[in-house]
Amino acid sequence: MANVSMTVNGRTVSGHCEDRTLLVQFIRENLGLTGTHVGCDTSQCGACVVHVDGKAVKSCTMLAAQADGSEVMTIEGLASGGELHPVQAAFREHHGLQCGFCTPGMIMSAVDIINRHGGQLDEQTVRAELEGNICRCTGYHNIVKAILDAASKMGDSAKVAAE
Amino acid sequence: MGMEGIGARVARKEDKRFITGKGRYTDDMVVPGMKHAHFVRSPHAHAKIISIDTSEADKMPGVIGILNGAQLSEDEIGNIICGWMIHSKDGSPMNMGAWRPLAQDTVRYVGDAVAIVVADTKAQARDAAEAVVVEYEELPVVTDAVSALEDGAPQLHPEAKNNLIFDWEIGDGAATDAAIEAAAHVTEMKIVNNRLVPNPMEPRAALGVYDGGEDHYTLWTTSQNPHVARLVLSAFYNVAPENKLRVIAPDVGGGFGSKIYIYPEEIVCLWASKRTGVPVKWNCDRTEAFLTDAHGRDHVSTIKMAFDADNKITGFKVDTIANLGAYMSLFSSSVPTYLYATLLSGQYEIPAIHANVRTVYTNTVPVDAYRGAGRPEACYLLERVMETAARELGVTPADLRRKNFIREFPYQTPVIMCYDAGDFDASLDAAMKAIDYDGFPARRAEAEARGKKRGIGISCYIEACGIAPSAAVGSLGAGVGLWESAEVRVNAVGTIEVLTGSHSHGQGHETTFSQLVADRFGVGMDSVSIVHGDTDKVQMGMGTYGSRSGAVGMSAIVKALDKVEAKAKKIAAHLMEADESDVVIENGELKVAGTDKSVPWFQMALAAYTAHNLPEGLEPGLKEGAFYDPSNFTFPAGTYICEVEVDPDTGKTQVVDFVAADDFGKIINPMIVEGQVHGGVAQGIGQALLEGTHYDPDTGQLLTASYMDYTMPRADDLPSFKVSTTETACPSNPLGIKGCGEAGAIGSPPALINAITDAIGNNELAMPATSERVWAALKSAQ
Repeated sequence: MANVSMTVNGRTVSGHCEDRTLLVQFIRENLGLTGTHVGCDTSQCGACVVHVDGKAVKSCTMLAAQADGSEVMTIEGLASGGELHPVQAAFREHHGLQCGFCTPGMIMSAVDIINRHGGQLDEQTVRAELEGNICRCTGYHNIVKAILDAASKMGDSAKVAAE
Repeated sequence: MGMEGIGARVARKEDKRFITGKGRYTDDMVVPGMKHAHFVRSPHAHAKIISIDTSEADKMPGVIGILNGAQLSEDEIGNIICGWMIHSKDGSPMNMGAWRPLAQDTVRYVGDAVAIVVADTKAQARDAAEAVVVEYEELPVVTDAVSALEDGAPQLHPEAKNNLIFDWEIGDGAATDAAIEAAAHVTEMKIVNNRLVPNPMEPRAALGVYDGGEDHYTLWTTSQNPHVARLVLSAFYNVAPENKLRVIAPDVGGGFGSKIYIYPEEIVCLWASKRTGVPVKWNCDRTEAFLTDAHGRDHVSTIKMAFDADNKITGFKVDTIANLGAYMSLFSSSVPTYLYATLLSGQYEIPAIHANVRTVYTNTVPVDAYRGAGRPEACYLLERVMETAARELGVTPADLRRKNFIREFPYQTPVIMCYDAGDFDASLDAAMKAIDYDGFPARRAEAEARGKKRGIGISCYIEACGIAPSAAVGSLGAGVGLWESAEVRVNAVGTIEVLTGSHSHGQGHETTFSQLVADRFGVGMDSVSIVHGDTDKVQMGMGTYGSRSGAVGMSAIVKALDKVEAKAKKIAAHLMEADESDVVIENGELKVAGTDKSVPWFQMALAAYTAHNLPEGLEPGLKEGAFYDPSNFTFPAGTYICEVEVDPDTGKTQVVDFVAADDFGKIINPMIVEGQVHGGVAQGIGQALLEGTHYDPDTGQLLTASYMDYTMPRADDLPSFKVSTTETACPSNPLGIKGCGEAGAIGSPPALINAITDAIGNNELAMPATSERVWAALKSAQ
């Protein structure tokens, strides 16, 4: 058994879990943050993407113990003070989601993509960068549109902030 | 149209919870005392169960109970049934073999459930399941339907000799044969429609809770139709009486057909909760989903299309063998029959059609409806053969289609369906314009200069939605009626709740249904709530599949709204001392037409509940229900055109352009409709290019049982789509809606394959058109 402590969405949390507990299990089951989803068992679908120390990570590929001492942000922590993050707002505005299951991981990946590329995104880059996130509902059309729109609204400030 | 009314591009109400991580799916549910289940599954595709030894597993940490088929039988839990009776052409009923929720004597596919382990944690349940020792005696295996029909093939069920479930036909065989005999030209093809795995992103889950104090059961489940689940769990599976069973399908992460059915796991979790005395939750992992979710398609067909000297179609003959897997799933028999062969006239005048369909048991996952369900298979045959015939006859694909389009409605096809409306020229014209069809030769030449092979392919689809008139489907063998119900409750403060039997698992009902109400009464969408997915709240419903929520579900709401409006006008007329026939509803007010008299909506609602001043004899309150049974199917139709470039060195196909021109009738929210087309087209492109389901023919192992092996379409496999609509009103329902959920998956595969075969100059190409297959086809053509 492992004792793990981390900061999740700005709050310090700790828990006791089996060594084999995945970060996604810790987030969903120990912390009750069920916005992070599990859509596969081979680290392909990306429904479980969260940010660990500022970078997008598939939380099914990491043990909870490996995240000990880290700063974790889940979809629940993205909006600040009741204000949607621009990527969340863009997904809604452009109908970038249908069933909503892949959406949290998709949004967390999108934020990371914009953080890394800033306003320099084009459609081809977004599509290539979304390789690790599967959506079965939208055909990606409106997801790509939403990310490009959010990137242009956030501009280069996102990249600067990340650096 | 107001800002929020019919036709408005309104952002979705439900999105707020999904984009903030507040969606509530079945696996998110936690109840006090909840324990976890893991299923012991057969590793063999066909075997006798000799013994099940749980002695070691029983002692594992956290184990609460391990249950198997023998205990299920003790409690008289029923067999899983197929709810649509099909008779063979000799009049005999279909040969349905027994499907036990936990296999007792024989397992028939890899993944067949044998036992359930309930333990304190998910990991403990999995560990203990691995310690259950099941001794099997392996039996010979057959995985493809054509081989399964051959003499000497392994036999799956004693009820089905030679694995034949039924041998069914539709249409006029003699007239079709005569047309082929007399034809100036006959195009013949053998066509395989590849087996697909639906893959909604949320894996199935179930949480069964038995309350001993009340002798009451609750099932949370990933279902497209919770009321049907309650009905069959009660009436056929004998798990719980209907009045003691609540089924809740909360947020559901996609369905595409695969969550229509009531699977072994849901039955067993509910039953196991009573047996073990604890709430039992099961959540399937992705490989388990590949191994147990109903698959789709899997047809092998030979077809002949006959033309006269003027290139008019004179006859169409189809012989299909459909693989239904190891057991008959809930609607499996209807998919390759009434949802398939009744669409074989397509958009064309075809005087004689005959289809023969044999359905077959194999040692594979049961096959049932997947997005489109039978209609993609019909469309694929028609649109491949039309394109092929055009090439053989030396006419353009568009001209051959135009030559044969149906132009007068209603049109009675020779295969049951009566098309009520359509304008097929309009959608073909719109699609050809959108893709600049005339400019294709120049684009092809430009691609050639870059060393790429460019091709273009057309597909003109029609499908039947809004399923369906209850008496009609009843006469064809359906075990249920396919009406829908709605209840509209106006609260005392004027807010409105709409209870619907439709179920949203991505379709955005909370938005479109609210738009309908906002449009009718001029109230804000925020004052309207849509309630669905809970059998304790909504009395009865038939759920969502076959694009029926708009055409059928919303029609039921319209009927209930009509009743609410009539009563509201009575109350308002009384308050204003006017005649109710003079009252109109505008912008949230009830007004006397031509005067300045008005009563706000909320004041009328309050009056209904205070009941201080109601018309003589009128009951207090404002709540009306309605059941709507459609008078006909609806017939969405359209044209899809795809342009591809093939790299001759690698066989890699790139979809460079894709246009859709759909006629969905009236549209409530164009943004949501476009999203449905995008998603459907992506699944169709997936079928055509990427998604192959492969079984090892000797062992029956599913070789493509994860996202490492089964190619799901990713963002970089797809282009952005150009979608547009044309509109002919649908006369069969009050809103004129045809439905849009499946069109994309139906119309797109033939457009892709027609385009690739055009590019490579070889018409022999199977789906999925992987790089290897395309490369080989290109080489053999050279």
